[in-house]
Amino acid sequence: MRALKWLVTAFTIVFLVAPLLVVAIVSINENRYMDFPPEGFSVAWYSALWTDPAWRSAIVRSLVIAAASAAFATAVAMPLAYVLRAYRIRLTPLLFSLGILPFMLPPVITALGMQVFWNATGHVGRIENVIIAHGIFFSTLPLIAIALAMETMDSSLREAAQTLGANPRTTFRTVTLPLLVPSMITGYAAAFVLSLNEYIISFLVAGFSVETLPIKIFNSLRYGFTPTIASVTIVFIVVAATVFTFSALFGNLLRFLGADPATLERNQA
Amino acid sequence: MSERRRPTAGTYAVLAIPVALLTVFFVIPLGMMLAASFYHRISGGFYEPAFELDSWRRLFSTVFIERAVFSIGISLLAGAVCIAIAFPFTYFLTRMRRRPHVALLILVLSALSLSEVIVGFTWSVLLGRAAGLSNILVWLGLMDEAVAYQPSFLAVLLGLSYIAFPYCVLTLYPSLTRLDREVTEAAQTLGASPWRTFWTVVVPISRPIILAGFLLVFVFTLGSYLIAAILGRPQHWTLSVFISDQASFNANVPFAAAMAIFLTALSLVVVGIVTLIESRTRSLA
Repeated sequence: MRALKWLVTAFTIVFLVAPLLVVAIVSINENRYMDFPPEGFSVAWYSALWTDPAWRSAIVRSLVIAAASAAFATAVAMPLAYVLRAYRIRLTPLLFSLGILPFMLPPVITALGMQVFWNATGHVGRIENVIIAHGIFFSTLPLIAIALAMETMDSSLREAAQTLGANPRTTFRTVTLPLLVPSMITGYAAAFVLSLNEYIISFLVAGFSVETLPIKIFNSLRYGFTPTIASVTIVFIVVAATVFTFSALFGNLLRFLGADPATLERNQA
Repeated sequence: MSERRRPTAGTYAVLAIPVALLTVFFVIPLGMMLAASFYHRISGGFYEPAFELDSWRRLFSTVFIERAVFSIGISLLAGAVCIAIAFPFTYFLTRMRRRPHVALLILVLSALSLSEVIVGFTWSVLLGRAAGLSNILVWLGLMDEAVAYQPSFLAVLLGLSYIAFPYCVLTLYPSLTRLDREVTEAAQTLGASPWRTFWTVVVPISRPIILAGFLLVFVFTLGSYLIAAILGRPQHWTLSVFISDQASFNANVPFAAAMAIFLTALSLVVVGIVTLIESRTRSLA
């Protein structure tokens, strides 16, 4: 069993890391083509990400879409999660499902629906179409994060504020809202990262006029390999690993992922 | 939040905003897509309002049935591959000390945050002929000549398993961390070997969550577009690729819409089953 444990763990690490390692090697190759073993060492493909205007504008465009759509997603999710969890609303299960559904269905469905919708309005190929489509599709993530925080919130805090004379508005502003900020940030961050990576919705909504980073990568792949693809990949991985390492160090990552702290401690002993 | 308050007019006003946005930008587009599936296609990429069943009839064509069966088949296979690796991995992970435990979770989450296009690209390099696995084998003297392992069915399956694997681990993780050590220790006190304990105690207890993880991988890979587009030949295309292709390059939106409705129905059924399983396991806990 012990042997199996190491075998499975080692296999998983190799499975997850091997393709990334190969790309890391390709990204520092001096040569313009893929070679193994690599010839020379160069970081030129990293600086090209910023000096090449086509890559830079794709990166900036993707960051703008991710930042705006994650804000839109959180703005849709926040009132929905708060009202459905704080008040007795008759249609709660239905309305909550409405917020979960976009993300539960394959993205191509949202993508095609949005394409038909924008075609009908005549407002076609704009960046804001992509922002709205992403915002709706990823609103599920902040919705779940905020709803979970509402469910585990200690109601005595709110009652204490009201006993001390705060009206509902002040209670919301000074007690409930600050307690929800961490989960809003978590939801925002999740929507941001996934929007940055999303391809098919951006493509069908405005793929021929708004070139996001994933679309740019895919287009470059079709017209042949450039080492810049490898360097952008490595940048992505490093950024993601850093974000998650920080959230493990400074937040409670295990708890956020659903671990039960008490059982976990006993099992690790 | 123990007790819930009675809503006021203001509450409904606040609630109306997100509901209106979701209605306008999700429900209505979905309805328009349903309507478009009955529209008449005009050559040149346009369509006009009509009521005809041509696009729906094409759902019975060989080419669609082939794609649907292939998609469902490869997604089921990816689900099986993911569970076969992710279940023992997650089980062992939850029994590790804190430091390797957190480090492996970060690795899993980093893999999760990779764009599909990046996963497709990395596997195309690894399985390619220029700087991949076979080049390493040639360099080591184990092979004479580098070969390309992609595009191929296996490459698509590996790519799909790679993108779904982190999600599979995260689905299994909460319930496996709650599986108390006392349970496995009891079995071992009664004389079962660790191997036997795993098969006769851990796996049976986890059966519902294994099924839920399997079905989630199924729906998730069913929606994948780029993996099959990058790592496969046209005969390895999944339904999502076929739908997008019809909607953009073939400019047949009505047919794409009919297929999308089919995919929606299929996904809804599977998601419904998962929800049922999860609510049942929660009521048992």
